Amino acid sequence: MKKLLLAVSACALTVGAASAEDVKLGILIGFTGPIESLTKHMAAAAELAMSEVNASGKSPYTFVPVRGDSTCTDAAAATAAAERMITAEGVKGIIGADCSGVTRAVLTNVAMPNGIVMVSPSATSPALSADPDNGLFFRTAPSDAREGEVMADILTEKGVKSIALTYSNSDYGKGLAEAIAAAFTAKGGTVTINAAHDDGKADYSAEVAALAAAGGDLLVVAGYLDQGGKGIIQASLDSGAFSTFGLPGGMVGDSLPAAIGPGLDGSYGQVAQSDSPGAAILTEMGKTSAAPFDATSPYSMESYDGAALIMLAMVAAGSTDPNVYKDKIMDIANGPADGSGTKILPGELGKALELIAAGKAVDYDGASGVTLIGPGESAGRYKEFEIKGGKYETVKFR
Amino acid sequence: MDFLNALVAFSNFILIPGLAYGSQLALGALGVTLIFGVLRFSNFAHGDTMAFGTAFVILFTWWFQSMGITGGPLPTALLALPFGIAVTIAMVLGTDRVVYRFYRRQRAKPIILVIVSAGVMFVMNGLVRMIIGTSEKNFTDGSRFLLDPKTFRDATGLAEPLAIKTTQAVSVVVAVVCVALLFWFLQKTRTGKSMRAYSDNEDLALLSGINPDRVVMVTWMIAGALACIAGTLYGLDKSFRVFVYFGLLLPIFAAAIVGGLGSPLGAIVGGYVIAFSELIVTSAWRKILGYLAPPDWLGPGLYQALSTDYKVAVSFVILIVVLLFRPQGIFGGK
Repeated sequence: MKKLLLAVSACALTVGAASAEDVKLGILIGFTGPIESLTKHMAAAAELAMSEVNASGKSPYTFVPVRGDSTCTDAAAATAAAERMITAEGVKGIIGADCSGVTRAVLTNVAMPNGIVMVSPSATSPALSADPDNGLFFRTAPSDAREGEVMADILTEKGVKSIALTYSNSDYGKGLAEAIAAAFTAKGGTVTINAAHDDGKADYSAEVAALAAAGGDLLVVAGYLDQGGKGIIQASLDSGAFSTFGLPGGMVGDSLPAAIGPGLDGSYGQVAQSDSPGAAILTEMGKTSAAPFDATSPYSMESYDGAALIMLAMVAAGSTDPNVYKDKIMDIANGPADGSGTKILPGELGKALELIAAGKAVDYDGASGVTLIGPGESAGRYKEFEIKGGKYETVKFR
Repeated sequence: MDFLNALVAFSNFILIPGLAYGSQLALGALGVTLIFGVLRFSNFAHGDTMAFGTAFVILFTWWFQSMGITGGPLPTALLALPFGIAVTIAMVLGTDRVVYRFYRRQRAKPIILVIVSAGVMFVMNGLVRMIIGTSEKNFTDGSRFLLDPKTFRDATGLAEPLAIKTTQAVSVVVAVVCVALLFWFLQKTRTGKSMRAYSDNEDLALLSGINPDRVVMVTWMIAGALACIAGTLYGLDKSFRVFVYFGLLLPIFAAAIVGGLGSPLGAIVGGYVIAFSELIVTSAWRKILGYLAPPDWLGPGLYQALSTDYKVAVSFVILIVVLLFRPQGIFGGK
């Protein structure tokens, strides 16, 4: 079966090559560096989207992936790789970059001067929302600031008026705490204290004493569940300072209720998780693909969606010029405002191409439930949960 | 009522944690001070000796738990403690035999012994990491509270909760028992008296026929036992992680020096001085003051002198101030 599929796609490729224009798309992610274990799945997912479009035979273009190494951390290396992609390979769009720092560098130094569209599957820094981008930058991953808004919504709906906030003394914790504090204050709530805690300490009773002195309806712990976050909760319960906790994504995992016990019941929060039906489909496609990959690995689904968005936008615009097709990306991702667009899931890219050719509207949902908001970034899907009997019970998705 | 609330808040956030932490520090500082008094050098490996002993107490605790033996409402670690102490004593006696004895026979200067003990510290630190790993280990079991905060609030009707953890109570009780035993031993027994004599004047002690090898051995045994007990109590009350124990060295030395190096009574007082200074300086007093002062007197501030991140700095500052103005410590050590 695998051989047959390979043969079919190979045929389709050669047929396509004969009749259609070749368009190169760059995949600029850190094949070496701190997230190298994720990037092989991300690249395979993006390439699967391209071979799916090519195999459908309904695209006027044949898409050819070009891999480049962003290293995730070295901005100079990432910029050079992007430069080479554009000048030597002539790519018309880039899926990437991956980490927020290199993404900002590539966007400012390469993508904007050369007028190339970038769709990042994994850059989550809130700073990218405000960076100037000439409308060229999109991301299929939500900004970290988004989780703050979602948490503020949940807290306000629960009738919480004031919170004490503590965060892990790291980039993640600090950014998230700022986002939560800003969003909650904007909704009329009060943040009584916003204090850092260091991970890896033996004892958090002093930190908790300061939090308790400031007071608040509940304590939001923007930390890590196996680190200081757990220590803070334990010390709060031990001293009776707080009994309910707000738990962002970093505090979600089965080890937390196991370590704390019944004291955690009644606490609630949210975690980035999609209920999109596309997720299961892509997971299955990843297993049976010619180059198998694990779609549940972080940001793989977003990579597939990023590649699909660029390709569908090109076909819809009838042009591979980034300055033309960039305007179509939002339309493809969200569909018309009345919601009349046909939902497109992974594996249905051929159907999407048919609809576009017939002049009908599509609303690309993909694997991660894509909805782009603000300056072209994913709204993300968050699972609101409440802890009951030591289990994370899903309340709803938002 | 407000006054009672303030009192309860003070007990809950400062008095009780301070007593427990002070007891743990005092036991650690006693070990340091004994080694300094008898062997005449500052043992930098003491923090890691504590970690070593605790690691074995944890292993024995897990073994007991797997066999279904528990301490009921008390932590099982208390049952495992004697076994951990035995292993620790074997370890420190072995170290003395292999490392320190050589330098003692050479009549090496104290500063050389201090450097040697730093070497021992690194070896022991590595050993503990190999034996039990670097991640956090939690081995507390039994009932968590002696006085549950919710029960207290319901029973008294006060706004402030008061919690006494079992491990805090155990820390204080065990520390009192250990200190009583140690003082009885030093004051009343022949071996204890010979230790004090050796510490006061080595040559005179040798002249009067005291066996130095025996004094050294007993000192190491007591120091090892105290290190293991102090480490286990700290681990029970807080949590066990090798690097944290390495960091405990500073407050322990501060406690020993504040009290006066070589003075057991000073080590105990020093332990509580350091523990309470850390808590008083880094604690946010807003809640307690809020009950005592009229509400509009207090602004929005937390009334916190230093952020909790500077906890270690407090013992450091005390250490420097004592060394500058009263290097012999409160009880006039050496």
